[in-house]
Amino acid sequence: MKYLDEYRDPAAARRLVEAIRGLVTRPWNLMEVCGGQTHAIVRFGIDELLPEGVRLIHGPGCPVCVTPIELIDKAVAIAARPGVIFCSFGDMLRVPGSASDLFRVRSEGGDVRVVYSPLDAVRIAAENPGRQVVFFAVGFETTAPANALSVLEARRLGLANYSVLVSHVLVPPALEAVLGSPDRIVDGLLAAGHVCAVMGTEAYHPLAARHRVPIVVTAFEPLDLLQGIHMALRQLEEGRAEVENQYDRVVRPGGNPAARAVMDEVFRVADRAWRGIGVIPMSGLVLREAFAAFDAERVFEVEGVGGPESPHCRSGLVLQGLLKPQACPAFGTLCTPDNPLGATMVSGEGACAAYYRYRRHGLA
Amino acid sequence: MEFQLSCPAPLRHDTIQMAHGGGGRAMRDLLESVMLPAFSNPALEGRHDAAVVEAGGARLAFTTDTFVVQPRFFPGGDIGELAVYGTVNDLAMAGARPQWLSAGMVLEEGYPIEELRRVAASMRRAADACGVAIVTGDTKVVDRGRGDGIYINTAGLGAVPAGLDLGPASVRPGDAVLLSGDVGRHGIAVMSVRDGIAFRTPVESDCGPLHGLVAALLDGGVTPRCLRDATRGGLASVLNEIATDARVGIEAREEDIPVLPGVAGACEMLGLDPLYVACEGRMVAFVPEAEAARALDLLRSRPEGAGAVRIGTVTDAHPGAVLLRTALGTRRVLDLLSGEQLPRIC
Repeated sequence: MKYLDEYRDPAAARRLVEAIRGLVTRPWNLMEVCGGQTHAIVRFGIDELLPEGVRLIHGPGCPVCVTPIELIDKAVAIAARPGVIFCSFGDMLRVPGSASDLFRVRSEGGDVRVVYSPLDAVRIAAENPGRQVVFFAVGFETTAPANALSVLEARRLGLANYSVLVSHVLVPPALEAVLGSPDRIVDGLLAAGHVCAVMGTEAYHPLAARHRVPIVVTAFEPLDLLQGIHMALRQLEEGRAEVENQYDRVVRPGGNPAARAVMDEVFRVADRAWRGIGVIPMSGLVLREAFAAFDAERVFEVEGVGGPESPHCRSGLVLQGLLKPQACPAFGTLCTPDNPLGATMVSGEGACAAYYRYRRHGLA
Repeated sequence: MEFQLSCPAPLRHDTIQMAHGGGGRAMRDLLESVMLPAFSNPALEGRHDAAVVEAGGARLAFTTDTFVVQPRFFPGGDIGELAVYGTVNDLAMAGARPQWLSAGMVLEEGYPIEELRRVAASMRRAADACGVAIVTGDTKVVDRGRGDGIYINTAGLGAVPAGLDLGPASVRPGDAVLLSGDVGRHGIAVMSVRDGIAFRTPVESDCGPLHGLVAALLDGGVTPRCLRDATRGGLASVLNEIATDARVGIEAREEDIPVLPGVAGACEMLGLDPLYVACEGRMVAFVPEAEAARALDLLRSRPEGAGAVRIGTVTDAHPGAVLLRTALGTRRVLDLLSGEQLPRIC
């Protein structure tokens, strides 16, 4: 697979590491925003290749991790209803709510299905007119267009048995919260390439200017990450704070206009709670009133469902870059992927899961 | 709440979850906390793919496996072939020459007899190819909706040469770790035709017998310490099981582990790690360092071992853990998977 090998070439990686070493004169903290980047960094040991003093801080960019516990509890409650077919992307199934998770619902007889596209859930609804089909519409700007499209498709087909449980969050408001925090330790940002592929880079210019922080839109392979790190560090060393695009093979300044149009038609921006962090103003998407009939929260009336977080879970600090996973007292003892206290330990993109999986033994 | 990580491991769930069949940590916990205490005996303690028992002076390897694959026909094989090769391979991993199989079938009401005929013919062809006979069987029918078309259980017996004692307990620091070919093909081939995921890929399952590779090693004068076929949980799970059961460390080089481009691409798309994706015709061999080169030559002398490579070395440095040297020269843990691998959101 040419595109993989190209971006994992050891010789090219060594050259980039040397370039970074030649550039850095003082300590810097860079935050990678996306959980997929976090996993690649830990999996390939990219943080270990950097000069001493250059730290990578893991950001809030795991959609599974930041889905509020209340919504997981609502998902569990809806999925357990007789006659419901509950469809979700795979990595939501293991995420713990306050008392259960979707895997458990399935083992107890609930019809919980993994789908790979929301349009599969629409197809299931069309094939099962006597049952309610609910899709757990989770994710950042990356998944929102396809989820919006599923609502439009269900309306086009005249389906009265399809709804979405929406937990969409937006990256720029979260970055505003991170950069505006009085506890801020972040000097530069690696923005999430896939999010920018949809939304473009325009929203990042005011952030960079207001907070005097370089932002480099970065992809996910080892060479991408090393190049993104190099670009961000070069800006820092030169005293610049601009938006640069490492992922220009995919990301355009204006993003993907068609995808943005579909999103805008179906969703509007609203305040949204982030698991472990709290409510961030205007940081989420909800269905517009015209699509209320497709809103699972209204269809199923699940208000008041939900319990508290584990008092031992500190995933909110991890998500804000304020705590390294292995520095959490519960890491690897009270909290493991088999017995997770929070979503960061089970999500395929969670920072705690990355450290548990690749570094747990303190050997590597 | 506090708990000890020593046995018996706490079971998180009080009902069976899909993860308990996934070949990872949940399955291992289930075995250790339920099955092994209930059935405890010396043969079971060998922790190998097949138990070696003595009967009338003969040493016999004895194993059983149940096959529930969906879809039942996939690129490169079908459930019938799998049911034969799977059990033949488990016998071969104990160093046995596979000889007899049983076939137990659970059929769902409404299952087409024509398909059953195809599956049976496929089993016969596979058995003939391995030189084994299916000498006994059983058939049960369950109500429509209570099965998945067809489930097949096979058990197998084979004679183990005198003095041969393959198993995790024989593995020693310094041993070479060999792999008979590329990994992850079976899992991706099955997924590529599974309802709801179907994607186009040229990948065919590696589903096939391994007894010929084992015979090549033994006939060629190489005595492996331990053999293990990679199935559910893939290569990573095999390495972890051996590291744990043999109380050794394993160091492997990621670049040396062959993965077909089609498998690597599909895994990237789905967010899966090919090292955890199922194989059905791949063997990991632990051999003394002095015999490693010859063992590789012997494996490569057969078509099913043409892609054999050395992937690592056993060490006493970190018992129970598998470390991977990445392409960038860094090291990371290759851990036992917690539950199933789940495709990611984005």
